[in-house]
Amino acid sequence: MYEFNYHRPTSLAEASKLLAGAADGKFVAGGQTLLPTLKQRLAAPSDLIDLGGIAELQGIKVDGGSVSIGAGTRHGVVAKSAEVAKAIPALAKLAGGIGDAQVRNMGTIGGSLANNDPAADYPAAVLGLNATIHTNKRTIAADDYFKGMFETALEDGEIIVKVTFPIPKRAGYVKFPNPASRYVMVGAMVAETASGIRVAINGAAPCVFRHKEMEAALAKSFSADALKGIKTDPKTMNNDIHASAEYRAHLVGVIAKRAVLAAG
Amino acid sequence: MTQVSMTVNGKTVSRDVEPRTLLVQFLREHLGLTGTHVGCDTSQCGACVVHVDGRSVKSCTILAAMANGSQVTTIEGLANGDTLHPMQEAFRDNHALQCGFCTPGMIMSAVDLVNRNPNPSEETIRHELEGNICRCTGYHNIVKAVQAGAQAMK
Ligand SMILES: Cc1cc2nc3c(=O)[nH]c(=O)nc-3n(C[C@H](O)[C@H](O)[C@H](O)COP(=O)(O)OP(=O)(O)OC[C@H]3O[C@@H](n4cnc5c(N)ncnc54)[C@H](O)[C@@H]3O)c2cc1C
Ligand code: FES
Ligand code: FES
Repeated sequence: MYEFNYHRPTSLAEASKLLAGAADGKFVAGGQTLLPTLKQRLAAPSDLIDLGGIAELQGIKVDGGSVSIGAGTRHGVVAKSAEVAKAIPALAKLAGGIGDAQVRNMGTIGGSLANNDPAADYPAAVLGLNATIHTNKRTIAADDYFKGMFETALEDGEIIVKVTFPIPKRAGYVKFPNPASRYVMVGAMVAETASGIRVAINGAAPCVFRHKEMEAALAKSFSADALKGIKTDPKTMNNDIHASAEYRAHLVGVIAKRAVLAAG
Repeated sequence: MTQVSMTVNGKTVSRDVEPRTLLVQFLREHLGLTGTHVGCDTSQCGACVVHVDGRSVKSCTILAAMANGSQVTTIEGLANGDTLHPMQEAFRDNHALQCGFCTPGMIMSAVDLVNRNPNPSEETIRHELEGNICRCTGYHNIVKAVQAGAQAMK
C-alpha cells in the first residue's frame, strides 16, 4: 500500500468537508473492496475518510411498505435481521450469500453499491426490487443509478446514506457463485412489485440489467415455464477466465427460472 | 503517524503507526503476536482471522486505525494458561490440522460461528467456513472438530 492520511469523521458534513479538503481523498466503509485494491497498489489516494464512525449511516428500519437500510449496515447484519427476513426474505438471503462470514462482518451495502462491481450481489436487489438510493444530496431511482461497469450516477464526493426497498408481493434471488471467490457468475432477482414484474440479472454482463423479455413473459404467467425458450444474446455477456459468454447466456435462463421458483 | 489504542487479548496497547498499517501487521510486527498468519494477498484465505469486538474479521483487510478503541482477540488469547480452549482441544483430538498454517484462522472463525450458533449443522459449518482455505486436510476433520468443539464449548 502507498501512504495516505486517515480520518474518522462522526458526521456526514464533516466527511464531505474532509473529502473536499483532500488532494485525492477516498471514502472507506467496510474496506473489503478498497483495501484489497490498495494492497495491490491499484489506487493511491492521498487521504482515506472512514465512514464507519457516522451514526446516521447505520441501521435497518421496516415500516408498512418498505425496508430502509443505512449505507453503513454490514452484510451480516442484514442477513441476520429477523425484520428483513420477514419483510423481504430474498434480500436477507442475498446478503447472507455475499462472500464469506468475515467479508459479511465488514462489508457494507453502501460500499457495494458505490462500487457497482458487475459480479456483486446487492445491485440485483436494488434494481430487481425497484429500490431508491438516498444520498447526502438527492434520491436516485434504481433505474437511473447503475451506469456501467463500476460506474454509477454518484457524483464526486456524493455519499450514499440509505437505500429504501419497497416490500414486493414476492421475490426470489438465486446466484451461481464463483466457487473460489463466491462472487456472482450469474445471478437473478425476480420480483412481483407494485410497479409490475422485474427481473434483474447480475454477474452476467458488464453491468446489472433488467431482462425485459423475461419480465413480459412473467407478467403473462408467473412461472418458470414461462421463461422457456427465452434467449439471451451472448454478445452482451462477459467473457473471462471464469466463464465464456455463451455459458453465461445459458446460465441466465437457468438461474432466472430458479429465481422464479424461489419467489414461490 | 497516527496513534492506535486497543485491547488485545485483555491487555491495553497503544502505538504510533503509519495509517496504512493493517491490523495483521500491527499484531505481528508491532506486538509480536505471530500466531495470526498471512496466507494470501487477495483477502480470500482466512489465515489471518481474528475477533474485533466479538466478530471474526480478516485482519489483513482492516486497517489498525479502523480497529482503534476495539477489543481484539487473537489465537494467543484463547487458551487459559496451559489449558487449551475447547475448540483448540477439539482440533487436536480430531486431527483437524496437518501443517497447521490455516489453523489459527480456522479456529478463530470456528469460535465465532459457535458463539453465534451453538448447535451448527454440518452444512452450516461448511457455509460459515467458506472464508477459510486449508491446503492439507480436505476439511472433513475440521468440520468434525468444529462439531465436537461446539459441544465442548457448552
Ligand atoms: C474474499 C471476498 C469475497 C467477496 N465476495 C463478494 C460476493 O460474493 N458478492 C458481493 O457482492 N461482494 C463480494 N465482495 C465484496 C464485498 O461485498 C464488499 O464489502 C463490497 O463490495 C464493498 O463494501 P465495503 O463496505 O467493503 O466498501 P469499501 O471497500 O470500503 O469501499 C468500496 C467503494 O465504495 C465507496 N463507498 C463506500 N461507502 C460509500 C458510501 N456510503 N457512499 C459513497 N461511496 C461509498 C468507497 O469510496 C470505495 O470506492 C467480496 C469481497 C472479498 C474480499
Ligand atoms: S491473509 Fe489471506 S485472507 Fe487475510
Ligand atoms: S492444515 Fe495445512 S493448510 Fe490447513
